[in-house]
Amino acid sequence: MIFAQIFFYLFAAILIVSSVMVVTSRNPVHSVLFLILCFFNAAALFLIAGAEFLAFILIIVYVGAVAVLFLFVVMMLDIDFSELRAGVQRYAPIGAVVGIILLLELVMAVGGWKIAPAAAGLRMTPMPFGISNTDAIGRILYTQYAFLFETSSVVLMVAMIGAIVLTHRERTRSKSQNIARQNARQPADALTMMDVPIGVGVKQLGILRPDAARTDPALTAPGPKVTLPEGDAVAVTHKPGAH
Amino acid sequence: MNWLIALPELALSLCGLAIMMAGVFAPKKHAFQLSSMLSLGALLGVGGLVLVSPTGLGFGGLFIADAFSRFAQLLILAGAGLAIILSLDFNEREEGLARFEFPILILFASSGMMIMVGATNLMTLYLGLELQSLALYVVAAFARDSLKSSEAGLKYFVLGSLASGILLYGMTLTYGFSGSTDFIHIARALVTSTPSVGLVIGMVFVLVGIVFKIAAVPFHMWSPDVYEGAPTSVTALFGSAPKVAAMAMLIRVMAWPFGHLFVQWQLLIEIIAIASLILGALAPLVQTNIKRLMAYSSIGHVGYALMGLAAGNGNGISAMLVYLATYIFMTLGAFGIIIAMRRQGRSVEKITDLAGLGRHHPGLAIAMTIFMLSMAGVPPLSGFFGKLYVFLAAIQSGLWLLAVIGVITSVIGAYYYLRIVKLMYFDAPEAAFDHPAPSLSFVVALTGAVTLLFILVAGPVTTAAQAAAMALLG
Repeated sequence: MIFAQIFFYLFAAILIVSSVMVVTSRNPVHSVLFLILCFFNAAALFLIAGAEFLAFILIIVYVGAVAVLFLFVVMMLDIDFSELRAGVQRYAPIGAVVGIILLLELVMAVGGWKIAPAAAGLRMTPMPFGISNTDAIGRILYTQYAFLFETSSVVLMVAMIGAIVLTHRERTRSKSQNIARQNARQPADALTMMDVPIGVGVKQLGILRPDAARTDPALTAPGPKVTLPEGDAVAVTHKPGAH
Repeated sequence: MNWLIALPELALSLCGLAIMMAGVFAPKKHAFQLSSMLSLGALLGVGGLVLVSPTGLGFGGLFIADAFSRFAQLLILAGAGLAIILSLDFNEREEGLARFEFPILILFASSGMMIMVGATNLMTLYLGLELQSLALYVVAAFARDSLKSSEAGLKYFVLGSLASGILLYGMTLTYGFSGSTDFIHIARALVTSTPSVGLVIGMVFVLVGIVFKIAAVPFHMWSPDVYEGAPTSVTALFGSAPKVAAMAMLIRVMAWPFGHLFVQWQLLIEIIAIASLILGALAPLVQTNIKRLMAYSSIGHVGYALMGLAAGNGNGISAMLVYLATYIFMTLGAFGIIIAMRRQGRSVEKITDLAGLGRHHPGLAIAMTIFMLSMAGVPPLSGFFGKLYVFLAAIQSGLWLLAVIGVITSVIGAYYYLRIVKLMYFDAPEAAFDHPAPSLSFVVALTGAVTLLFILVAGPVTTAAQAAAMALLG
């Protein structure tokens, strides 16, 4: 029993310290790593309390999925966190007021707590004898609360539909080869014959590209390093003696 | 366990799944029309199921089917169905809206709303609410390439999540202090003991969360922006079915588990109603966008409906139900005309764009006149009966202040409703609108007929509403 208490204080202390670090550390990657540490310690507390199912769910779902997702977001996306924190000083008083109000409410809630007479007895036998925690949850989740369980699955499915509806786009920029279009292409589609007087460069006449819609800034910019894209077959052909 | 109790909800969800499969495999060009038609069929079929499925408390006290939930569910299905019909033409014409997921999301939202009104447990209530909200967040942002629509969706999502958080906080307090999430047990816990402070705080938080969803003052800030930014077919939906669902949920939660806290919540509801009435009367006076005007007008209507709840008896609740029944039809009709506001293929949203409607489209103008006069509460249109019943209920309960403010605000409100009528008939006409699609004309004609001829069915509707209120109060 004494070991359980020692471990409880150990895990609880680490949990509190690391959750403070989540909020205060300057590097967002460190924040996420501390968050993962938080989850592990909370899971350990659940284990001590005898709720092994919740402990593993916490690790599998929160550490395995949520925290790793955070880590991806933090590392992949170019978010300027110092800019996000810029308003902290300014909004701190308002935040403090809201926090104090919530704290007062919590104090009031705990102060008005009345422990039901039967609660003490129930606490001693948190689960039926011989049935594991997971088993006990499964038994009511799929019987008594089947309706809620199914409803929450529909909620999750709507979330999936929503994510797809809002973000999925048909790829229109794929580089697939369209043979029919290639064969149907005529020289006149790609080439324009220009008459340029002798001694006048193309630059002065402003006819670098025949088609304004296909103007590329890299091409219109003057300079020797103009390269035409391969395969686009767009080129101003200057043939002085064309006719 | 009797699964038949929730047969309509289950059937609607399963229809949603099946139609999604149909939409995925249908040819792209027709997928939207096909899934819309199938969804309408599903809503109609489920409406029939609501009428014939057995009533009673099911799933170990999680869910109930009674006259009250039936009344609200039929209104929800009607609202969702009419909103889908309104979207048929609109979504085809707007960029990127004609995707088959649209009606399916509305189906799931309706399923969530039906669960909300039948919930007899805080957990069921929350899940139904989330199912509804999540689907509605997505449809608000459905025009994903439009900045306004995305903004509306995001705003709705962030503020809606906040409201859900507040609601959950209230639910945990309620659970902690009453020992149960079951409505029956919460009510029993309140009968036997004087309410603890924590339970009252929990009730207030639950109330705030739900009031946020019905967009009553002071939790209305999101509604004008969302109404304006969302695609108009989505706004039409927002103005109708979700309002009914959240209102019905509010009635059930306040009347049943928190019924014994009546003294505590009556004053809150009164204050919310008065504030909504005043804002709903004054704010529309300065609006130029018709969708924003409708948002503020709906805030006002919520205020009138809440008067019935403040009365706190069977008469009040049945008056509120009648009010909601009249409200969704006139709102959907008005939105049908707003959707028809389209010049050379582009929709216009300014109120002044309506000028000259009387000359170019006399039919639409007459319908709009009916809706506006009904919203103003002119007899013998449907809106008059709604207002009459809630005023009567308020006066019977001695809420004179509320009734007097209601009368004053409805006079002020009549000004801007009549201004629209004046614009349509007497102002210098603007260019004509495009010819409205048959689906729009259908909805406008149907809702116009309901609004105009409500007097013929006022008796049966009132009887049904009274039966619903009795079922709730027992």
